[in-house]
Amino acid sequence: MNPEDLSYTETHEWAKVDGNVVTIGLTDHAQSELGDIVYLELPEVGADVEAGGEFGVVESVKAASELYAPVSGKVVKVNGAATQEPALVNRDCYGEGWLVKIELKDPSEVENLKTAAEYKEFIGGQ
Amino acid sequence: MRRTLMPYVPHGDDTVKQMLGEVGVGAVDDLFEPLPDELLRVDFDLPQPLTEPALVRHMEALADANRTDRNSFLGAGCYDHFVPAAVRHLVGQSQFYTAYTPYQPEVSQGTLAVIFEFQTYVAALAGMEVANASMYDGATAAAEAALMCLRLRKERPQAVLAPNLHPEYRRVVETYLANIPGVEAVTLPCCAPYGRGGTVDLNRLTGSLGDAACFIMQYPNFFGLVETKLADIAEICHREGAVLVVAVAEPMALAALSPPGKFGADVVVGEGQSFGITPSFGGPGVGFFATRREFVRQMPGRLVGKTTDAEGKPGYVLTLQTREQHIRREKATSNICTNHALAATTFTIYLSVVGRTGLAALARRNVQNCAYAQYQTTELAAYKMVFEEPAFNEFVLRCPRAAEEVRAACLKKGVDPGLPLGRFYPEYDDCLLVTVTETKTKEDIDRLCEVLASV
Repeated sequence: MNPEDLSYTETHEWAKVDGNVVTIGLTDHAQSELGDIVYLELPEVGADVEAGGEFGVVESVKAASELYAPVSGKVVKVNGAATQEPALVNRDCYGEGWLVKIELKDPSEVENLKTAAEYKEFIGGQ
Repeated sequence: MRRTLMPYVPHGDDTVKQMLGEVGVGAVDDLFEPLPDELLRVDFDLPQPLTEPALVRHMEALADANRTDRNSFLGAGCYDHFVPAAVRHLVGQSQFYTAYTPYQPEVSQGTLAVIFEFQTYVAALAGMEVANASMYDGATAAAEAALMCLRLRKERPQAVLAPNLHPEYRRVVETYLANIPGVEAVTLPCCAPYGRGGTVDLNRLTGSLGDAACFIMQYPNFFGLVETKLADIAEICHREGAVLVVAVAEPMALAALSPPGKFGADVVVGEGQSFGITPSFGGPGVGFFATRREFVRQMPGRLVGKTTDAEGKPGYVLTLQTREQHIRREKATSNICTNHALAATTFTIYLSVVGRTGLAALARRNVQNCAYAQYQTTELAAYKMVFEEPAFNEFVLRCPRAAEEVRAACLKKGVDPGLPLGRFYPEYDDCLLVTVTETKTKEDIDRLCEVLASV
């Protein structure tokens, strides 16, 4: 269900580390709870984000939720395909529906994130 | 599948007893147990109830204090236009008159459809792509526009205002910004009375918008003058990174002038009172708010959208509610969570009764009456026109002495010649703002001149 090679937050974001660039997206649990996603408010390239800080908003037909950065760094890429077609996040949240790529400031922050198993346990309790 | 929609029927005693039983209390008063005694046992210092005849006499005595017999040339943001009887009759239909905010589209299609029509009229008059379901009045609409622009241009700390934007609109913008750290409303001396003429001076505007999130001006402006350089003003604003907000206090003018949207305005706000709502001692009014499609998610207020229902038929709903309090709370674009629906309905019905050609004819009549009044008053040796620029239906008239004195003397003769401008601009304490709508006859205007000449 939740890819093993990713790390997770309690706020339902996933992070994929590739060298010093981290790709971030929403988990399957999040997209499913949100329902049809209709709008994404994502930062500009070059924006700084803080671990645990807000970096955007995801809006569905039901609600609007903040997006929280799993790690600190600078935004280097934003998924234009997703902002154009927010339904992509519902369809393929771990693949085509990624949200932003961040240049990692402090690699040790990744250790604070949950593994797939820990995340599964976390949402099991929700 | 049509059912009788929920009529308003109060609970009977049996139903109340049943509900109390379910909840586990004996009487309604028991529900208030947790409140401290001193809050429950309060004596209100109110007069005794009156019988219906006594109440009617009391209300009539209050109403008699109103003077409605004056030949009045007051305007300045609140205009006397004729309201056709058909408007009052239609607005008074209980389906319109008693309807509440349409939270449930299933039972509010009528209300939602009317508000959608309102939005459509506003967008058409303003020349803009989207309009909301209405604000409280023109002044708060302007203030909300300032807040929206500060959100759109987060790095800019100022809302820059034209001096000939309605002084009360400026006060309200200042009030809204007063307790927000790091932002301020600034009046830019870019027209009279600070120098140059009655309309916004391009040279004084250029280079002044470096810290501006927006520039807010009025069309026609507070002195009644038509701002003819909107395209140039829009160009300067955009070049210097500011959003152009145009406020319209007299929307009747939009039936005679090109719409602000045509010249590059980004936001058009204003007061809808002119369309079917009597002046009523200053209120209530109805604000309108229109903007570009690209800014719609930053727009405050309710928004009615058109969609299709489960059977594929057209239907209306409140939409983009993630801008609003009940969904986003502290992140909402505004704390407004309602509109002036009855006033917006009146505005809509007035426009549909008067019609496109009717409205244009009314606007022309305003211009003609005002021109006649300008000509006739300046034929009087002691009175002078202050500005040369074209006016819509109000103009600034310089008097031979203090305008308050001139007005007081005119009132004794049953004529209210206009607003003494000294109340807002000390430099113009010898000037009146004279407003002439389609309600004035030649005889009314001739009488104004007769009285002005005699005081």
